Amino acid sequence: MSETAEYAETASPGEGDAAPAASGSRKGSPTSSWRSRLYRWDIKASPYVFVAPFFLFFGAFGLFPLLYTGWASLHRLELTNLDDSTWLGLENYTNLLQSDYFWNALGNTFTIGIISTVPQLAVALGIAHLLNYKLRGSTLWRVAMLAPYATSVASASLVFTLLFAWDGGMVNWVIGSVGIDPVNWRESSWGSQFAVSSIVIWRWTGYNALIYLAAMQAVPHDLYESASLDGASRWQQFRHVTIPMLRPTILFTVVVSTIGATQLFGEPLLFGGTAGSKGGADHQFQTLGLYLYDQGWINGHLGRASAVAWLMLVILLLIAAVNLLIARRLRKAQ
Amino acid sequence: MSTSSRRPHRLVAFAAVSALATSLLAGCSSDDDSGSEGGDGKVTLNVGTFGVLGLKQAGLYAEYEKSHPNIKIKENVIERNDAYYPKLLTQLQSGAGVNDVAAIEVSNITEVVQTQGAKFEDLSKAEGVDKATYLDWKWKQATTEDGKTVGLGVDIGPTALCYRKDLFKKAGLPTDREELAKEWAGDWDKYVALGEKYMKKAPGETKFVDSASSVYNAVFAGAKERYYDKGGKEIYEDSKGRKDAWDAAMKVAKGDMSSKLKQFDPTWDQGFANAKFATVACPAWMAGYIQEKTGPEGKGQWDMAKAPTDGNWGGTFLGVPSAGKHKKEATELAVWLTQPEQLAKVFAKQASFPSTPSAYDTLKPSPATKAYFNDAPITQIFADIAKNTPAAVYGLKDAQIGQSITDIGVLQVEQQGKSPAEGWEAAQKEIKDVLGQ
Repeated sequence: MSETAEYAETASPGEGDAAPAASGSRKGSPTSSWRSRLYRWDIKASPYVFVAPFFLFFGAFGLFPLLYTGWASLHRLELTNLDDSTWLGLENYTNLLQSDYFWNALGNTFTIGIISTVPQLAVALGIAHLLNYKLRGSTLWRVAMLAPYATSVASASLVFTLLFAWDGGMVNWVIGSVGIDPVNWRESSWGSQFAVSSIVIWRWTGYNALIYLAAMQAVPHDLYESASLDGASRWQQFRHVTIPMLRPTILFTVVVSTIGATQLFGEPLLFGGTAGSKGGADHQFQTLGLYLYDQGWINGHLGRASAVAWLMLVILLLIAAVNLLIARRLRKAQ
Repeated sequence: MSTSSRRPHRLVAFAAVSALATSLLAGCSSDDDSGSEGGDGKVTLNVGTFGVLGLKQAGLYAEYEKSHPNIKIKENVIERNDAYYPKLLTQLQSGAGVNDVAAIEVSNITEVVQTQGAKFEDLSKAEGVDKATYLDWKWKQATTEDGKTVGLGVDIGPTALCYRKDLFKKAGLPTDREELAKEWAGDWDKYVALGEKYMKKAPGETKFVDSASSVYNAVFAGAKERYYDKGGKEIYEDSKGRKDAWDAAMKVAKGDMSSKLKQFDPTWDQGFANAKFATVACPAWMAGYIQEKTGPEGKGQWDMAKAPTDGNWGGTFLGVPSAGKHKKEATELAVWLTQPEQLAKVFAKQASFPSTPSAYDTLKPSPATKAYFNDAPITQIFADIAKNTPAAVYGLKDAQIGQSITDIGVLQVEQQGKSPAEGWEAAQKEIKDVLGQ
């Protein structure tokens, strides 16, 4: 106790008037000493109380589920009987690492991630560049950009499912008019991945474009002015002024999009229709998120699903580490 | 004394924060209460269902609310059972957020009976329940070994075949339902043979069936041997019922007789509206679906005949979870809803077929439904099938095994052009994964 009291006294000068009050109370009446103790307690405890809600919620909805999932991943735990679990050790993990479906899902997550994230960010950058010019009705354009993001995954996926229907879908009708044979988008391996990616691209491009736009508007205008005085074309300005200034923002969107791509779930699930969690007849667009859902909620193997969740976490941490390395490299290069 | 002037502020802030925190926390838990106890002292009963059960559509809730002024009924519908069932399991396991009355699909009933039996009220002893009014096999399906009944039968799925008379006529096939039934009676191969005939003169771009899975399910509905034996052992590999159904589906897929639409997809719905296929397996609950999706143009064009074999595809039970807040009221409601009179009303509206045979003599489909199916004797067709349906043994993971076969195996052959052997191998692999083997 004495240590903390000392700590409070040494700390209190920073608080200005707190020190005289605290030292004065020691010689004063019992009530005033009680009041000062209350006061000291107040000083020490209040900040914790103020930040407590966040930590309570984080503990309840973040940390506890994480740890519980870890515990579950080491047990045989069935959705039909949560009170009964058998210790398995790492068996769930070794089973997963031997499962074709797991590796297939990992591969799909990777390929869908690439073909959705790369074009998405490239196009977003282009759109942001266009929106950065003086435009008539620029607010309208910006709102229009955000509209797909505001659409729910469900409705977007439903519309795309109809567009990509192999029989009577608009996409096949369009490619048919230039003489290409209809593609069974959902059941072909690349076709389905392309279709799922297109939903992702459609929903998120505008969102990223607005982030880029915000960053672009923070680029000092005289840089462009001096660049144009030096005779740089618009494209040269974009390459040599805009892109370097946007580097941190681009890195941020890359990280966020990568995390999003790793957790991709709603779009392929709804694109798959009935039994959507299988990701197609040959699991051709089953992502890790879908595989987790299929294991846990369709097949009822919660232990196994938890192991998938933890492996996903590990993968995300690896990606974050790689990103960090790249970011550091870039900073050094500058 | 600057200290005392500062403290009240802090105390106020502290109080505000803690009030906020508690109200936030309270906000999480108050969800449950607001649903079940209205300000006017009414008891709200939540009924959890999937798809279109027809209870609401037949006006049963409104009728019950009228005769029980203290009760309000709220139906929580989830479109598909594969999304509804996991949620039901989670609610039962946690005991939180359970519906007062919960629908259970027949392909899940064994798992519910064997693993969740303790979490349901025993309805066999509920007031007003007479075991004799329900089909014997339906009653047994929802009853544990020690005689506890976890669900009362709502509808069953006696499976006929629905066909488009106009397309049959154009393809030069007989259109009379009796004649058709006789032509393919007893053997699905005869049905497939008729399909081959149809395809030779198929009008426009139509196909004989909507999907190979539909054929699989229809044939399998009449199987005596399903995926499990009586002891609960998986026999899907050698089960005769499974093999017959698989073979029929393969003939349809390989013979290019199907529109290759996945059932219950939006594109399947469009297939109904655009008359893309001539036949569809027609369990009683499908009749309402066909009417809704084909729309007014289909009126009088659809007809219904007995399928080659009699079988049951689908059906529902109503159970009362013990974690519910108003078990007494919920039990009364579940019992009332599954009485023959009530189920007869559902049949009239939706053509879902009651699991209470005592109602069969009084069943009348609504004039609209009857006209829609070209005045087919719907009641008689379904009642005949229901009587002859073999008592089927269901197992723990019936739903998931069935899904693995239709949505992986059959689909690979039908849509990805794989061979039946490859398709079956893929289905087997999937089933092993489903069972956690």
